[in-house]
Amino acid sequence: MSSAPILALENLTMRFGGIVAVNALSFTAQRKQITALIGPNGAGKTTVFNCITGFYKPTSGIIRLTHDDGAQYEMQKLRDFNISKQAKVARTFQNIRLFPGMTALENLMVAQHNALMRASGFTVLGLLGVPSWRAAEQSAIDAAVFWLKRVGLIDRADDAAGNLAYGDQRRLEIARAMCTGPALLCLDEPAAGLNARESAALSELLLSIRSDHGTSILLIEHDMSVVMEISDRVVVMDYGVKIAEGTPREIRDDPKVIAAYLGTDEEEAAAVMEAEA
Amino acid sequence: MSASHPASSNGSEPVGAAFILKKAFLSALVALGLFSLMIGVRTEAGQSGQLEYWTRFGDLASLVAAVFVGSIIVELLRLWLGPRGGLGSFVPPSVQSGLSIAGRYLAPALLIFTFLVPVIFYNQRYILDLGILVLTYVMLGWGLNVVVGLAGLLDLGYVAFYAVGAYSYGLLSTTFGLSFWICLPLAGILAAFWGVLLGFPVLRLRGDYLAIVTLAFGEIIRLVLINWQDVTGGPNGVSGIPRPTLFGIPLTPGEGGLAAMLGIPFSPTHRIVFLFYLILALALLTNWVTIRLRRLPIGRAWEALREDEVACRALGINITTTKLTAFATGAMFGGFAGAFFATRQGFISPESFTFQESALVLAIVVLGGMGSQLGVALAALAMIGGFELFRSLEVYRMLVFGLAMVLIMIWRPRGIVGHRAPTVFLEKSKSISSDLVKEGHG
Repeated sequence: MSSAPILALENLTMRFGGIVAVNALSFTAQRKQITALIGPNGAGKTTVFNCITGFYKPTSGIIRLTHDDGAQYEMQKLRDFNISKQAKVARTFQNIRLFPGMTALENLMVAQHNALMRASGFTVLGLLGVPSWRAAEQSAIDAAVFWLKRVGLIDRADDAAGNLAYGDQRRLEIARAMCTGPALLCLDEPAAGLNARESAALSELLLSIRSDHGTSILLIEHDMSVVMEISDRVVVMDYGVKIAEGTPREIRDDPKVIAAYLGTDEEEAAAVMEAEA
Repeated sequence: MSASHPASSNGSEPVGAAFILKKAFLSALVALGLFSLMIGVRTEAGQSGQLEYWTRFGDLASLVAAVFVGSIIVELLRLWLGPRGGLGSFVPPSVQSGLSIAGRYLAPALLIFTFLVPVIFYNQRYILDLGILVLTYVMLGWGLNVVVGLAGLLDLGYVAFYAVGAYSYGLLSTTFGLSFWICLPLAGILAAFWGVLLGFPVLRLRGDYLAIVTLAFGEIIRLVLINWQDVTGGPNGVSGIPRPTLFGIPLTPGEGGLAAMLGIPFSPTHRIVFLFYLILALALLTNWVTIRLRRLPIGRAWEALREDEVACRALGINITTTKLTAFATGAMFGGFAGAFFATRQGFISPESFTFQESALVLAIVVLGGMGSQLGVALAALAMIGGFELFRSLEVYRMLVFGLAMVLIMIWRPRGIVGHRAPTVFLEKSKSISSDLVKEGHG
């Protein structure tokens, strides 16, 4: 197994016209750990995610992914679909992006597209219905069933994804991402809109994905109870730069982080005024 | 009629009545403005070329009154059927389940009937010809359904592939003397090739832009066919295209013909019946392949593409190849249909491949319910068959036809068969409401 971190960002910069959304950001995500990326709104977290998962081409910088077997990918050079296909990075979206008109089961089958394409002999063998294709299809269904059970949606397998409740859709999206067999799972605010009970269930699910399946996780999250409970490391961003990195405990007490979240100017001003009085 | 309707609405829905009357009044006002010059004043050139005009206020008044009453009736119908005109709002569940059972047996019943058409109507050449025409459009509809219904890519130039198929067979058979059964796959391959060629420039386009470029592509092919005189014969087209043979046995009177070989008296109907079964087989092949493809990863990827392209990319699906295969598959079936068209007609010219054909096939797909095989077949039957049915109405044929289409679209905005059937299920296949299914990006 490779000892290099699964994901390493080196001086990642992303500009949109004159706006620098991410400025020379470097951090690493360790193998089989949960790394949280936090920061106030507009800090550039989702931009970082979109660079990692190929939706944006970074202006400069390197995003390096290292698999367990040592295979390395520079993701800024890969085409968008190859980031999932070759580099094995799966993601979910801040505003859920399921296939609403397809059933929960079908959603998970689409996620296994590349493996099934090979098994169906790029459609030719599948069209003829050869036994090896049927076996591959059945094992894909089994994998989907496994994840539906894992996220507690097996009873809704044949229902349209668009008909599921909000929390169920969030879990189905994670299940769909896991069906691609990822080495790194990127979650964009998975706890957004969930109630306390659902958040707790999500934490439990993510911990199990990390320990039982050995998948490394990178997540953006605003729900601090989730972040503090499950993260192994936390990276804090503000105005496109990294302002702190460390364990959840270290981050909680970091004055720069507190300042970024609560603001500084007024407080400092108040402190100065008090001192003068 | 006009008197009773406002009265009844006054009784039950006092708030709605004012709204309905206001809307009807506004519609009448628009009609008055629109028709006052078109209908109200009639102008014509007199005998010595001077302007002659006379007024027709009576006709104008009756038209405006008709719009007023019609608007009230439409609003009342809308009130009665519910906001979206949903069938479910006023049809009891027992009737609905009865309908769904009927729906289940409709497809096999239609198929059996289609197989028996040449037997039942053996002596009615008109019906057989109409059947061939309907089946040709069923096949075209099923082919376009792959592109529009499954992959959600609006293609307004589908007739181009029909033309490529027809000219492929026409030119290959007249120039090189190749037989229909060799040319058929070639026509499909060539059409698929042009489908890929069209696919490349439109990969990044969506919605209206995609529609315009595909429309232009259809016109380009037609214009090339008209102007490339040396090869295509220009506006004169290609004539003397060989008739199909039953695997080498011609359907002709004389010695080596099929009738002589079977020892039965020759009849020209044999060829019509043969053509009927040929297009039926081609259409069923299209249907079978499409149903098969939907259950394969490529078909699911097409539907996923229609639902959410961004999510597809995040799941490692190559959007480029997925779109191109959709275009190629749809085009291939169009090419097959084109080759059949050429062999049936024996003569092809660019006139047969106008935009109107594309629009008609697209209308069949939209009317049938995008993505539904049965719906497309029913829509083709209704559009082509219905069009013939109204032949006795002569000049009002288009009017009646347009009205029927508008009514169907009000009643069923997502087509005759609007719901989607899942491609795979664990316990029970539950059809998915059309509200959830996306229409795609174009």
